[in-house]
Amino acid sequence: MALKIVKGSIDRMFDKNLQDLVRGIRNHKEDEAKYISTCIDEIKQELKQDNIAVKANAVCKLTYLQMLGYDVSWAAFNIVEVMSSSKFTYKRIGYLAASQCFHENTDVIMLTTNQIRKDLSSPNQYDTGVALTGLSCFVTPDLARDLANDIMTLMSHTKPYIRKKAVLIMYKVFLKYPESLRPAFPRLKEKLEDPDPGVQSAAVNVICELARRNPKNYLSLAPLFFKLMTSSTNNWVLIKIIKLFGALTPLEPRLGKKLIEPLTNLIHSTSAMSLLYECVNTVIAVLISLSSGMPNHSASIQLCVQKLRILIEDSDQNLKYLGLLAMSKILKTHPKSVQSHKDLILQCLDDKDESIRLRALDLLYGMVSKKNLMEIVKKLMIHVDKAEGTTYRDELLTKIIDICSQSNYQYITNFEWYISILVELTRLEGTRHGHLIASQMLDVAIRVKAIRVFAVAQMATLLDNAHLLTGNMQRNGICEVLYAAAWICGEFSEHLENPVQTLEAMLRPKVATLPGHIQAVYVQNAAKLFATILKNQEGNTDSTAAQETSQMMIDRLPLFVQSANLEVQERASCILQLVKYIQKLQQKDVEVAEEVSALFAGELNPVAPKAQKKVPVPEGLDLDAWINEPPSESESEDEQPKAIFTKEEPKHSRPRHTEVDEKELARRREARKQEQANNPFYIKASPSSQKVYQEAPGVEHIPVVQIDLSVPLKVPGLPMSDQYVKLEEERRQKERAEKKKKEKKKRKEKRSGRGKKHDSGPESEEDITPAHVVDIVTEEMPENALPSDDDDKDPNDPHKALDIDLDNLLETTARRPLADSEKLPVRSHRAAGAPKSPAEDGEAENATPQEPKKKSSKEKRDKKKDKERDRKRSKEEKKKKKHKREEKEEDLLGGQAEEAAVQSEETKEVEAQPSSTSAEVSDLDFWLSNAPVPSNTQEAATVAAAEADPAPEAPAGTAADSEPEEPKDTETEESKSSKHKKKKQKKEKEEKEKKKKKKHHHHHHHSDGGGEESVQNGTVEEEEPLPPMSNYCLLAENSYIKMVSDGDCDARLWKFVLLSIC
Amino acid sequence: MRFMLLFSRQGKLRLQKWYTATAERDKKKMVRELMQIVLARKPKMCSFLEWRDLKIVYKRYASLYFCCAIEEQDNELITLEVIHRFVELLDKYFGSVCELDIIFNFEKAYFILDEFLMGGEIQDTSKKSVLKAIEQADLLQEVSWASELT
Repeated sequence: MALKIVKGSIDRMFDKNLQDLVRGIRNHKEDEAKYISTCIDEIKQELKQDNIAVKANAVCKLTYLQMLGYDVSWAAFNIVEVMSSSKFTYKRIGYLAASQCFHENTDVIMLTTNQIRKDLSSPNQYDTGVALTGLSCFVTPDLARDLANDIMTLMSHTKPYIRKKAVLIMYKVFLKYPESLRPAFPRLKEKLEDPDPGVQSAAVNVICELARRNPKNYLSLAPLFFKLMTSSTNNWVLIKIIKLFGALTPLEPRLGKKLIEPLTNLIHSTSAMSLLYECVNTVIAVLISLSSGMPNHSASIQLCVQKLRILIEDSDQNLKYLGLLAMSKILKTHPKSVQSHKDLILQCLDDKDESIRLRALDLLYGMVSKKNLMEIVKKLMIHVDKAEGTTYRDELLTKIIDICSQSNYQYITNFEWYISILVELTRLEGTRHGHLIASQMLDVAIRVKAIRVFAVAQMATLLDNAHLLTGNMQRNGICEVLYAAAWICGEFSEHLENPVQTLEAMLRPKVATLPGHIQAVYVQNAAKLFATILKNQEGNTDSTAAQETSQMMIDRLPLFVQSANLEVQERASCILQLVKYIQKLQQKDVEVAEEVSALFAGELNPVAPKAQKKVPVPEGLDLDAWINEPPSESESEDEQPKAIFTKEEPKHSRPRHTEVDEKELARRREARKQEQANNPFYIKASPSSQKVYQEAPGVEHIPVVQIDLSVPLKVPGLPMSDQYVKLEEERRQKERAEKKKKEKKKRKEKRSGRGKKHDSGPESEEDITPAHVVDIVTEEMPENALPSDDDDKDPNDPHKALDIDLDNLLETTARRPLADSEKLPVRSHRAAGAPKSPAEDGEAENATPQEPKKKSSKEKRDKKKDKERDRKRSKEEKKKKKHKREEKEEDLLGGQAEEAAVQSEETKEVEAQPSSTSAEVSDLDFWLSNAPVPSNTQEAATVAAAEADPAPEAPAGTAADSEPEEPKDTETEESKSSKHKKKKQKKEKEEKEKKKKKKHHHHHHHSDGGGEESVQNGTVEEEEPLPPMSNYCLLAENSYIKMVSDGDCDARLWKFVLLSIC
Repeated sequence: MRFMLLFSRQGKLRLQKWYTATAERDKKKMVRELMQIVLARKPKMCSFLEWRDLKIVYKRYASLYFCCAIEEQDNELITLEVIHRFVELLDKYFGSVCELDIIFNFEKAYFILDEFLMGGEIQDTSKKSVLKAIEQADLLQEVSWASELT
């Protein structure tokens, strides 16, 4: 009761609390902005008060307004004030406001560092939690750097609540401050086996996210994750782990082999769709990575496809969508397994949901074959007809064209059918893709020689019926096809049935309403047609027909001469004068046809889109050099005669020879290139192109099959593509019969000697020969074109910085002098020790931050190994080993060059292996070469082994300061050559060597190591209790550093020292 | 997860949480664009769509749309489960939650979200422990209230 009264008074004390604000906004719907501006004024007043409760209330209201889209950045400092309140209530509000409003450029963030640090170390776990949560939203590189240490400490907090938050936020810290990854990683890895499931899953989350970006550095964790995967029952965690494996398998195919079984088990057993979906996806990824080496996984593929079918058949739209999505991934490598579900996919085209239909379309793209293309396209055409909404219809249209034209028209057996489809598509109203259809028409007509007669006939019909297409000229993109039609009719006019009629159609007054670039093509091609007509009529004794044609040209062309479009005007007036001249000659009975058609002689070949780019720069040509003197400063770029190529200034037709700067030149070049690319009349002048064309195998020699004349060529009106489906069936049957005959014949001919090649064309795997041999003229490329060098990597990817080789922690640390930023990792180690100088100790410790905790597991592994070794070792191998070691030591002592030589020899000898280097690989190798499901003990041992690895391996690099690659390579060599059990002995030897190297390094480098410890590190040590590490003996200790040594390897270390002295 | 949005059928933003640093202007643009796309979708359509380089997973609960943006390789179904889990948490906390609860207690909704997700990753897969953390933090809040009043 009393509390209520007091609370009431507090409410009165505030002008408005959040609820009032929200209510007020809802009540002022009409003048919301005005209301809010008064509220903001109130808030400003409230923020000026000293009472923190009032401030917190104001900040809370601001947070709400921020969400509504109002700028509250002016209150950033007040937010910081509220954050630093000692009361949790206000602190919570402050951090919430900060997490919503702060971003990297907020200046006041600098002021928060100490407050956050204080909160992180608060005895109250919720203070810490709230600080961590807030920090995860607004962490900046500076904050990450300054607080990385504190957060790392929290990763070992006694409360799992804090631990899990600390682990999760480390990911954000890594992204902002990549240098922290290396020192923090060992502890992060520890958290994978945290007793608290929340912490464990947090660690899995973070490592999976890291690994997805840079998988190769995490390959060594595979055994550990494998164990987690087979033991965990938490679906959330499982999904993450499986996703991680999906990222790892492409790097290590053997891992994939190992995964298949547990994954398929999961697929069978799980009831969670999300997990099932993840498993299927990863199995697909695995199978893709194995695609060549593993032929026996058709069962797995079948299983996936089956499961996906169930998903697709599900009534849940979401599952359907994902099923289709995953199916398309299988399609890429195993098209056959997907193709059998064509019925299902086609069904999905009828789905109400557009996104599902689009997915199904994507799938169809990959499912077509020669056999089913016509059928699928027929279905799609039906959908085009009934599709609602232009976007989906346009999508269908592009898909049809994509499907048909994919891989150089690979699946089209009958191009008449395709042309008919294209012509049918022109009847679509309001499509934006006229240019696409047009380019297809052009492409097919140019590249498939056999189809030209048919194409020309169709295009002539199109031109004749142009009015059908161009109902609404301006908005209708479909009139673009007339561009193609006119060009095809002009260029291949010799095939025209009735050129005069087509010419007449091209010169109709209505044409003047077409877009300029189309008119221009009309005019130019009218001229070509004219030339053909003259040629046709030349033989006739009566020249009136020819003269009539000339007269028609002269009558009609002035329409175009008046065109506002410069291009049209220019071409028209040029051609008009030409025709007038021809008419004069005709009247004098001079034979002109030859000369006129010479104007348009020559073949046009398609040019590869990248051809221009591929032309190598000739020697001695400096493209960056000035051609003329650079323009004077005063002459601004804007003043450049830009208008030269534009159409607005027809008067200004002759370019002045002005000095142009390089940009302008480039621009012009670009414009010219563009124009040439768009201009079908542009023939590349290079003599080489012609040569290439002629040399292109099969261009002239490909036997052209006669067009199947069962199709009436003079189709009245527009053609129907459907008839082809039936005709095609018949044709195929006929062909099959013929082929049998021919084959018989062939055999006979062969017997009789060299038989002539048959016109049957190449046999497809489905025994379907195309109706027309596709004279798919390979696109021209310049001579000695450079191979494409596509580098798609995004240099701005924030995850790139996290590409840190974590297996070789020590190696990399030692190779580079420690940066200031890398000081934070120092750990305390305990145990007692052997004599070493403190400075030396400092270096050693610095170089081996994560060794201690691995000790126990390493021991385990060593024991295991000993046993195995004893069992397997043979004398021969010993000898070999010794020999090898000697060899290696020589290398190490020798110069770099020598080593390089040895290296290359070695690498030549061995098969290339995945990029994973280091001794870890041999452990991983061991793990991977095991039976797919290892027995418990074995697994444990291998897991332990892999875990323990980085420590012994890494120092190897330290020896090789100046030649960092060397030890890795020799080791890889070893690991490569070592197969099965031999590996273990070798590894042991390697370890010895590494330790020696490490020792060597310490001596070598101690001078610059010790001094780098910072005071900060000392404080960390004090805060951090670490698990006891029994096998380490303390060597020396001061307030900053504790130095330990590993008693186990001491003997060897000393031995090495001796050796090195010798 | 890149970000999470809650908005009403009327296109009013109710909650937004960004897990990657994004400029205020871009945020607004993205929110507007996404709301338009999602609200235009018919109820029978699936919950996923591809948008820019992200995948959008959304689900409608009563008048509220919950909308998450995830990356290319992320699992859509688990994201749906995340959304559902969040709704369950809200429901447990408010007791059959409705849009008004979230409007008037938007900071509470944020607190719950922050206990459940952090930096775009799931913090705790157990509902119980999330609720417990919230309750205890709330208790702490009450205590500090009380101590201030006395």
